[in-house]
Amino acid sequence: MNREDFPILNTGIVYFDNGATTLKPKSVIEKMNDYYYNYPANIHRGDYKISLKASDEYEMVRTKVKNFISASSEDEIVFTMGATDSLNKVVFGFMEDYLSAGDEVIISKAEHASAVLPWLILARRKNIKVVFVPLSETHELEYDTLEKYVTNKTKVISLAAVTNVIGDVRDINKIGKLCHDKNILFVVDGAQSVPHQKTDVLKDNIDFLTFSAHKMLGPTGVGVLYAKKEYLEAMRPIEYGGGMNQSFDSDGNMEFKSVPTRLEAGTPPIAEVIGLGAAIDYLETIGMENIEKYELELKEYLIKRLQEIDKVILYNTTSKGGMTAFNLSGIFSQDTALYLDHYNICVRAGNHCAKVLKEEINIKNTCRVSLYFYNTKEEIDKLIEALKNSEDLYKIVL
Amino acid sequence: MEIDQELRREMIVENYEHPYHKGLKKAAGYLAANTNNESCIDNIDIELKIEEDKIKEANFDGEACAISTSATSLFLQKIEGKSVEEVRKILENYQKMINEEAYDKELLEELVIYDSVAMQPNRKKCALLPKDTIEKILERL
Repeated sequence: MNREDFPILNTGIVYFDNGATTLKPKSVIEKMNDYYYNYPANIHRGDYKISLKASDEYEMVRTKVKNFISASSEDEIVFTMGATDSLNKVVFGFMEDYLSAGDEVIISKAEHASAVLPWLILARRKNIKVVFVPLSETHELEYDTLEKYVTNKTKVISLAAVTNVIGDVRDINKIGKLCHDKNILFVVDGAQSVPHQKTDVLKDNIDFLTFSAHKMLGPTGVGVLYAKKEYLEAMRPIEYGGGMNQSFDSDGNMEFKSVPTRLEAGTPPIAEVIGLGAAIDYLETIGMENIEKYELELKEYLIKRLQEIDKVILYNTTSKGGMTAFNLSGIFSQDTALYLDHYNICVRAGNHCAKVLKEEINIKNTCRVSLYFYNTKEEIDKLIEALKNSEDLYKIVL
Repeated sequence: MEIDQELRREMIVENYEHPYHKGLKKAAGYLAANTNNESCIDNIDIELKIEEDKIKEANFDGEACAISTSATSLFLQKIEGKSVEEVRKILENYQKMINEEAYDKELLEELVIYDSVAMQPNRKKCALLPKDTIEKILERL
């Protein structure tokens, strides 16, 4: 759907790497250009029209994000450099003070590097325990298993709402209830979910939510950290400097602004934040429910067609998320990706930043197809055609 | 030796699908090194048994593309039985070939099948993986 809004699709390219980053519609690019052409001023405290306009546009996006994820207040929305930055702020700006030696944080082996490494580093510093909840045979999280791993020392459950290799769509609402009942903080990595399904932080009892603009039609370099106001208030800034301070003197007295400004030191990526706003407008025009429904239909079609090919190895056929990992039997994933590129089909090969997942699926590298609403069944047919005719793969890549 | 495109491809695929000495001994007397290609996802370990200044045995393990794996397989066959000095010359000439500089074709023998890799800049590191790894081991001598 809406393919005409993405000029690059006219070139015949088949873009299946949406888990890495998505294409940008004209409206997002034009909105950013509009800032650069017509009101390219810094935000906050400029007493002239174009600065006020820039500040208004920037702050309006905070409201858009608030509504998009159903938060209670704009003050709960912090603009960051991306989901990685957001997760690092959660762990080192909040959890480092909040957690004590012996406390347990539950994560899984299917999480992205950005949602594993900060915890492992914190575990070294604070002597907390990072508990990996085992996954099912199809590498999905089972609620009952998660529940069994909760102890009276569990202080945090940190999980992706949708995993980035297998496309496991977790029951965030149910896990949120569990966290709420047991007084556990719930950190949700929304990088692969916020762009593809409706997000409701209140209904799902999410305490911290992190995501990136560039995986949801927006520009690179900007992301969001949502946290309940009381937790944001308690968050220690990782960066100090302009924009976030109220006053300071050479004796070392200092006072900082209130949240979220306190957590946005320095000139932020203004054009990018404004671009994110345009991306949200665009997604809301289509409707997140429509996107989710269409992607699931595409995903089911993709799996059905991949199963037609004997030499295709699939690692999960049941997950509801828009990504699918596969290999061609006996062929290194990168050679497969290079072969597909010959047909202008973009897929990603590697471990997809989920390096501990290899301990689960016993294979380090896979090709990943990750879908978005502008993909079509015809594009999937092109992929299947190329994979079916891959006897000449080495003629193309060597 | 003259190698046409078809033979070149066959040699690469054969050495990828049935590589020489895949599997590490991890025993005393072997020197080992790992190279993780930062620009892609290849990851290879090589171990050498060096006695009286000669490569007595060479093994490898890892997950890598057809170019990296086959080049490793051919490299190991090539260096077994050679002196450390001879191997250093091979490594040096192989690097020159990938750099598109003048090199000794006679010395490299079948390793010259990777000369055209230089035409695909993103594959150069794949072809250099075994060379870099063997070099790391020899540096420690």
